[in-house]
Amino acid sequence: QVRLVVPIAVAFSPGSVPTDLPRPLPFRDDQEMEITVNLRTTVTSHYEVMYRGTTAQEEAALAAATAREADAALRPLQGVSMGSLTMYVVPETSSLLPQGISVYVGKHRSALVRAGGSLAALQARLQQVTQLMSFTATSMAAALSDRVPDGRLSPDSRRSLKSSLGYEITFSLLNPDPKSHAVDWDIEGAVNCYVKPVLDKLSLVANFSVDSQILYYAVLGVTPRYDKESSSFLLSTHSLPHVINPVEARLGSSAASLYPVLNFLLYVPERSHSPLYIQDKDGAPVSTNAFHSPRWGGIMVYNVEASASPQASLPLHVDVDMARVMEVFLAQLRLLFGLSREELPAEFLLESPGNEGLADWELDHLLWAHTVENIATVSTTLTSLAQLLDKIGNIVIKDDVASEVYRAVASVQSAVAKLGKGHLHSAFQASKEAVTSSERAFFDPSLLHLLYFPDDQKFAIYIPLFLPMAVPILLSLAKIVRETRQRKKEPTKMD
Amino acid sequence: FQDQAEQFFRSGHTNNWAVLVCTSRFWFNYRHVANTLSVYRSVKRLGIPDSHIVLMLADDMACNPRNPKPATVFSHKNMELNVYGDDVEVDYRSYEVTVENFLRVLTGRIPPSTPRSKRLLSDDRSNILIYMTGHGGNGFLKFQDSEEITNVELADAFEQMWQKRRYNELLFIIDTCQGASMYERFYSRNIMALASSQVGEDSLSHQPDLGIGVHLMDRYTFYVLEFLEEIHPASQTNMNDLFQVCPKSLCVSTPGHRTDLFQRDPQNVLITDFFGSVRKVEITTETISLDRDLAGFEREFPEDELATEPLKYAEQLPVAQIIHQKPKQKDWHPPGGFILGLWALIIMVFFKTYGIKHMKHVF
Repeated sequence: QVRLVVPIAVAFSPGSVPTDLPRPLPFRDDQEMEITVNLRTTVTSHYEVMYRGTTAQEEAALAAATAREADAALRPLQGVSMGSLTMYVVPETSSLLPQGISVYVGKHRSALVRAGGSLAALQARLQQVTQLMSFTATSMAAALSDRVPDGRLSPDSRRSLKSSLGYEITFSLLNPDPKSHAVDWDIEGAVNCYVKPVLDKLSLVANFSVDSQILYYAVLGVTPRYDKESSSFLLSTHSLPHVINPVEARLGSSAASLYPVLNFLLYVPERSHSPLYIQDKDGAPVSTNAFHSPRWGGIMVYNVEASASPQASLPLHVDVDMARVMEVFLAQLRLLFGLSREELPAEFLLESPGNEGLADWELDHLLWAHTVENIATVSTTLTSLAQLLDKIGNIVIKDDVASEVYRAVASVQSAVAKLGKGHLHSAFQASKEAVTSSERAFFDPSLLHLLYFPDDQKFAIYIPLFLPMAVPILLSLAKIVRETRQRKKEPTKMD
Repeated sequence: FQDQAEQFFRSGHTNNWAVLVCTSRFWFNYRHVANTLSVYRSVKRLGIPDSHIVLMLADDMACNPRNPKPATVFSHKNMELNVYGDDVEVDYRSYEVTVENFLRVLTGRIPPSTPRSKRLLSDDRSNILIYMTGHGGNGFLKFQDSEEITNVELADAFEQMWQKRRYNELLFIIDTCQGASMYERFYSRNIMALASSQVGEDSLSHQPDLGIGVHLMDRYTFYVLEFLEEIHPASQTNMNDLFQVCPKSLCVSTPGHRTDLFQRDPQNVLITDFFGSVRKVEITTETISLDRDLAGFEREFPEDELATEPLKYAEQLPVAQIIHQKPKQKDWHPPGGFILGLWALIIMVFFKTYGIKHMKHVF
């Protein structure tokens, strides 16, 4: 029973106002949509749409030559609030959007939509854009995946990482053939240049820690097949699942932190197995030469060009092109988080986020999903904690466990309230606090039911002690009662 | 690609865990340790890494003074297979194998100082294999000759795991006498259970080895292992084959299984869903484009890293808090009804027997 409020502003530039507006601009129109997850859980999305005309500054920005420049110019004119969206409707004949494209989604929280004639068509398009930029029914169902009845979930929804307070990212370089290749990778530089901007942007979502290692003589679990036509070695899709396991034993998941670990492996094939390509289902080599596993990480194969002369001295020095590698790894990171840009209608054009890794609206997308997931987790945790306490009546709750429970309840109520007002950022922070408190309360080591004895065990201990002692007492009691009764009868008998 | 993805996602799990528990100690229970270690070997061979295996053993076999072949634990007559090996990683050994620790591992209520290797860090997409062996009875399992775990406690622990979604599917295998009684009380979803014998039957051991002097393995686990030897990571054998593994003619006891709580049909459940670790993979088809020139080579390395003082080991433990803590004032509670009633009874009887005139001496 969560209500998600998305504040949306739709600004009509001159010449794009549809003719069949119900009221003159500016006016407000609210739409509600219900997403039923299961019998007891519904997510209501409430779109507060404010229709207005563009201001002079916005018109000046929209007069730019390309959509990208317009987007950049529009950015300082919007508010900074997370979770809100702004859509600018441009005339149908505008040259801002390229031919055949009717929606352009920028890097921040705005989109340019081509006017479509009637208000209904425009609203349909606006609905599509809103759902893309905030959340859809499937993304909500994925966030609440443990409440959805089985069989209704698509395979997609089980892929992305669960919301957690932090993640560990490990970059590993696998060199199975150090005699032939002396591989050098500037991982520290690459992390500072390419990975840090992305993680800084994602720092709102969770804490990230990055480490790296180099493993020698680490081989893949499968032998690649030699393909004569392309004179290269191929790994088919069927063998990919078995590649990860032999390597994982050597990766050494971090002993220090309890956060989920994301592993990104760069494999430089042996000289005898170069070049190595990954084959997709149709038999064509994959352009990225990489694959990933949900909730685990990704592997990329980096082929070294065979040296021209066979007399080149081994080991060959290899300088890894970190930019190319990071492009793939960061794309895999996005996919692991569930940010995919695959299924889009043809007329949509999405701006690439560049070095930041993800657009602002994608960050919002993550935050919506994680906030809802956190709230659901907290309510499940607290409910099951209450059920545990019902079952074991004599469990002792320590003061700090009690205070954590109170804090969790207060935080989750505040998160729901803030979602209802449309403050995504503060709602997310509140939900994070709620999850921390509830996990701490639920997993407190003192709540082990083994430590609390059920009543029947208590009787089993005390009865053998007290029963023998009680026998003479009860017999004496019986004697007393009999004597009292006799005495009562005697006065009546005596005269 | 979509139908292949469907096939990969049939079971819905993304990682595998195994909790292998041997609940006996002492030399004559060699076979229980050999059982557990053999299952450990198979599970590692099929792909589950040590970081995802919680192994609880008394671990007093390999270096036992009575072991004629020190540092080995054999699972086969004629000492064919040394399951102890060089790389066994025991997480809970010797006196750490207690009911409390086992339940803490399952429910996750572990003190914060526990290292990562001793934790079961499963999530809602983990398939967990739990294997227990030792001496058991009707409704209980004996832990190290000093305590026992009842089937009710085990069922409650699984229910708590389910409530917190600590597993996607769970396979519970038990090889003890009257093993089927341990899974009678399960009531959580997605659990499949196998046992080596029914209530009232004993599980028997397989072969004594004249060189070592003890029985090396239990029958049920021996035949399960023969079955697992033929499984490799890509095999498509399903659970129905595992149910047929040890018929009465070979095992003398009647193995049982329970699948009513399990969502999927055992026909569709692959052995490698629990014993191995077959990852679901997808080809990465998207890339992002990074602007290499923009990459902040001119970015200064962050010099604002907080210089934290290196903590001495002792300072990291809250010893000061523990030592200097004042003993908490225990609130005085009036005695409960039972004690009050008992004392009232005793006093009444005393004065009735000896006469009321003694009361004045008391008051």
